[in-house]
Amino acid sequence: MHTIVCIKQIIDPEIPADQFKLDASTKRQVRGGLSLVISAYDQNALEVALQLREKVGGKVTALCLGESGAMGAIKTALGMAVDEGVLVSDPPLLESDPFGVVHILAKAIQKIGVPDLVLTGCVSGDTGDKVMGPLIAEELGLPCVTFVSKVEVKDGKALVRRIVEDGYELVEAAFPLVVSIISDDSNVPRYSKLKDIMVAAKKQVPTWKTADLGLDGERVGAGAARLQMRDVSIPERDSKCEILDGETPEERAERLALRLRELKVI
Amino acid sequence: MTDVLIVAGGQGNPPSQNTLELLGAARRLADATQGRVKAAVLESAPTPLTAGLFGYGADQVFRAEHPLLNGYQGDVYVAALSQIAAQAAPQVILLADDSCGKEVAPRLAHRLNAGLVTEVLAVEGDGPAVLFRRQMYGGRTIATLAAQRFPVVATVKPRTMTPASELAGRTGEEIAVALTLEASLVRTKVVQKVAEEVRGVKLENARVVVSGGRGLKGPEPFKQLEELAQILRGAVGASRAATDAGWVPASWQVGQTGKTVSPDLYIAVGISGATQHLAGMTGSKTIVAINTDPDAPIFKVAHLGIVGDYKAILPKLLEKCRDLTQG
Repeated sequence: MHTIVCIKQIIDPEIPADQFKLDASTKRQVRGGLSLVISAYDQNALEVALQLREKVGGKVTALCLGESGAMGAIKTALGMAVDEGVLVSDPPLLESDPFGVVHILAKAIQKIGVPDLVLTGCVSGDTGDKVMGPLIAEELGLPCVTFVSKVEVKDGKALVRRIVEDGYELVEAAFPLVVSIISDDSNVPRYSKLKDIMVAAKKQVPTWKTADLGLDGERVGAGAARLQMRDVSIPERDSKCEILDGETPEERAERLALRLRELKVI
Repeated sequence: MTDVLIVAGGQGNPPSQNTLELLGAARRLADATQGRVKAAVLESAPTPLTAGLFGYGADQVFRAEHPLLNGYQGDVYVAALSQIAAQAAPQVILLADDSCGKEVAPRLAHRLNAGLVTEVLAVEGDGPAVLFRRQMYGGRTIATLAAQRFPVVATVKPRTMTPASELAGRTGEEIAVALTLEASLVRTKVVQKVAEEVRGVKLENARVVVSGGRGLKGPEPFKQLEELAQILRGAVGASRAATDAGWVPASWQVGQTGKTVSPDLYIAVGISGATQHLAGMTGSKTIVAINTDPDAPIFKVAHLGIVGDYKAILPKLLEKCRDLTQG
């Protein structure tokens, strides 16, 4: 079983509000000195892939499109004991919209060799897009199941647990398959072991550029974007939090209840 | 002239809440540009849905009936909608941002070589342009995006659009779509569905939501939250930390990967306020935070707050709320 996990490196989304800045011209978040992380659900996807390898064998490859610094994300994945990593990094490619991104990722996946399973996180921690899994599936002509927390292999097929509004579904599909991963208690990302981090540090990771992938230039880069960002703003919050005081917790609780009644919300 | 195609869900008349919201958004966009509202109906047998769609503002219904359309299956839906879109030739295609719409919309956009925008909060015409508003960075920003290519496929975040209202006696044109669908299209199969039991009000419809997070440190305290929710005739929610820990079912999650709620009252207990959670609840009218950490980001969005341990606060809050609501 070969699994390729597509991961994205993003600015830590949990920084305090006062450190969140937008660049007026690019309309993107200003990196500054803020720390970078692997988008949260991509970490769950890595965990799902590693658990699957433990059960049925095979290998796991982490694939990342990003700046040269995104090598750090690959190294983190290798530190979780992923077998191989591939970085695609070429500045003009980073301006691509999701359709451009999946064109690039699909070409990279084909160059690696289409695996049994392609995993993505179900949502990108910065833009909030939940489209990568289905788009990669279409690009590669593969079936797809989204918002899955668990992947098992049964009788040579995938049996996955798909989270829906009112519960979950068990979905069966043949490999090769694209799955987007949501978190639950079964796929909490593991901590890296020191020996794996040491191995990761030494591991050779190829960096591919446009010329390595045979990309269709019409489909990638800023010019190919199917939507134009007209404006981006940080919404004003009108709320000033009224902290309810009191000598004891009981007193504060009572004040809260009375205040809620006053506001006619209870 | 912006023609809008909505993908109708459910079977009933009146149509489902999500479908009414799509109709509302579509009607406003079409009216602003003298366009038409078209609706795609996918079903395996006739239902009252088509009549309901006319009654709530559709000008045309593209109705596709096929034995394979017996319930949602991604491959079949994408193929069917591609064929309907080719016939209806809309500029904008709207789907609900539910578990089916999230999966179908990107695939449909890819097949139609269309634009794609998801979790839309607002859509409006600006001359020939169509503008969409959505959150980015976990709700820290609101982006306005203009379609650069048509058609454009958009998913609409539930409970953000004003639903269409009924116009008695309204009718429209029903167009039967002859689909070419083969059983070999089907590549994924649902072998089992498990629904979580819902006690009381459904989370997404509740006027009051009481949510718990990491600070509760285990599943036990959720019993108290349930009690409070029951007194206030509300529902219980949870942060990702609590569902990931397995304390409560995933269907209770409020946030970016859970449900979006906008109740009159949202009480966050032991929730620090990660962006992923805030993305699902900042539309609430009154937000109450109970947390031991005065610097927790939840206090930045809360209207009322108590800094303290929920263990000491909840019993009294329960008691007082019970007194007040019974009195």
